[in-house]
Amino acid sequence: MSDHDYATLVREDRVHTSLYRDGTIFDEEMDRIFKNTWVWVAHESDVPVKNSFKTSWVGREPVIVTRDREMKVNVLLNRCRHRAASVCEKKKGKASVFVCPYHGWSYDPDGTLRKVPHAAGYPEDFDKSEFPLISLRVETYQGMIFATFNNDIEPLVDYLGPARKWMDLFMKQGAGYGVKTLGEHKFRFPGNWKIQLENTTDAYHFPIVHKTFLDSLDAETENVFDVLGQGGWVEDLGNGHSVMVMIPDLIDLEDNLDAPIPDRFAELAQELRDEGHDDATVRKVVRAVGGSGFNLNLFPNVACSMAFFRVLRPVTVEETEIMHVAIGMDGGPAAGNRERLRLHEHFQGPMGFGTPDDAEGWERVQRGAHAGEDLWIMLNRGVDAPAGVAEPGHNAGDVSAETGMRAAYQQWKRMMTA
Amino acid sequence: MSEALEMTATITLAEATQFIWAEADLLDRLDYKPWLKLWTEGGKYIIPTERDPADYAEVLNIVYDNKVMREARAKRLLSGFSMSSAPPARTVRTVSRFVVTASGYDFIELRAAQMLAEYKYGHMRFLPADMRYRIVRAPDGALLLDEKIVTLINAEDYQFGIGYLL
Repeated sequence: MSDHDYATLVREDRVHTSLYRDGTIFDEEMDRIFKNTWVWVAHESDVPVKNSFKTSWVGREPVIVTRDREMKVNVLLNRCRHRAASVCEKKKGKASVFVCPYHGWSYDPDGTLRKVPHAAGYPEDFDKSEFPLISLRVETYQGMIFATFNNDIEPLVDYLGPARKWMDLFMKQGAGYGVKTLGEHKFRFPGNWKIQLENTTDAYHFPIVHKTFLDSLDAETENVFDVLGQGGWVEDLGNGHSVMVMIPDLIDLEDNLDAPIPDRFAELAQELRDEGHDDATVRKVVRAVGGSGFNLNLFPNVACSMAFFRVLRPVTVEETEIMHVAIGMDGGPAAGNRERLRLHEHFQGPMGFGTPDDAEGWERVQRGAHAGEDLWIMLNRGVDAPAGVAEPGHNAGDVSAETGMRAAYQQWKRMMTA
Repeated sequence: MSEALEMTATITLAEATQFIWAEADLLDRLDYKPWLKLWTEGGKYIIPTERDPADYAEVLNIVYDNKVMREARAKRLLSGFSMSSAPPARTVRTVSRFVVTASGYDFIELRAAQMLAEYKYGHMRFLPADMRYRIVRAPDGALLLDEKIVTLINAEDYQFGIGYLL
């Protein structure tokens, strides 16, 4: 398919259904988007000490995120330079060397080829320095590690642009302790990756799809999650990134610390007091525990969503893997992190009160998308900007607007036709 | 303690097996209201995301339910408003390979294997799991679940949306 055709598949307020179905388009996306931009691979707390590692993905390619002896973070293709066997099949852990199990080539955590068994069998000009594990360019912001195959791309901070302000706010849920990952739920749905990308800044579906989650909350908390009724908004942050503010009161977790402690956190507050924490710390931790009141979508594969990272991995044109990474306070009170785990389990994961319904909705989109030959996915909701809330110069709509999706598809179009 | 009382209090493998099969039958028939009554006040229903954590409470699980969460979960699944469970997948499960790991005056602990097949919208999926049960005898003589841990064979790997109970 030519560049010109890609341009015609994305209009201002709709995208063509072939974006969900066409395997040729998917293959091009993997090259033109996932091999060309900053892709989230891990959080720094996943590799906290030297020689720690975590396996991850950049698009379809398996990588290892490592912390080397100099504490530098590396992102290495998980492929031996000899005959291509993967050199690491563990999810995470510690390793001072990665040994290929096939013929024993061994690599340092920075990718350097350390040793080759029976080296005498190679020609004299065989130079080990020519065969390190392939290293991707790596940059981090607020502890989030991004990698790219594109050495010429702009620096990460420039790519993130106005999204950085929201990343800074999001990390305040560390309550001053910093943020660390606490575990992850992984699940797949039989559908295209962009269906999930759209969902993170889609407040319109929330009261409908998540009715049973809302029904499981106490009245006070249910009001907090009345996301369409609190004057929130959704805003295009450039480069395909967008933010959806669902609970304006929870934008800045360091504000309103004098507010009464919600009933649902009364027990936690008491537990923290019993552990000897002063009132200011108790209030800060309790306010941080529920997470931020917004979802920040970072194109193309990660979101900072209330109290977790939401990561998507395209598997095939009609299969996507989602990871919901629970985050908590690094060094913070154990009771606070326990509470976060339980809150995460309540909504997220394959059997949460929210995730399975989202997944069912996305699967239904993919199934329905097979009907009709020349139909469009509509993204035309909410074109008028709400008054006085968005950053000047940015495109914004009310909280149920499809502004975030339009932002992502315009970036898709730019990258697919570049 | 009299010998007669001890004989009534002890839980045999046969009794425990019958109880577990009855529970499996309730779950496959989506009969969640009587299922809620099978539990002790402090009973824990756990589906972990890793094989053998040191302390389930301190790590992320797929499910870590106390009484309140179990009741909310059953209400959600029966409400008709959850897209993933209305209509629900059909399930057929068998529980077997029982091994008694501990027993005492009024309790028995077992491990077992569960093979569950799920069918919905043309998909057939299998969710094999290692099971752990702690079953206690209530003062009225009935058996109750005090702990049920469902460790999926692929606990740490990806799952699909699951709109029923394991």
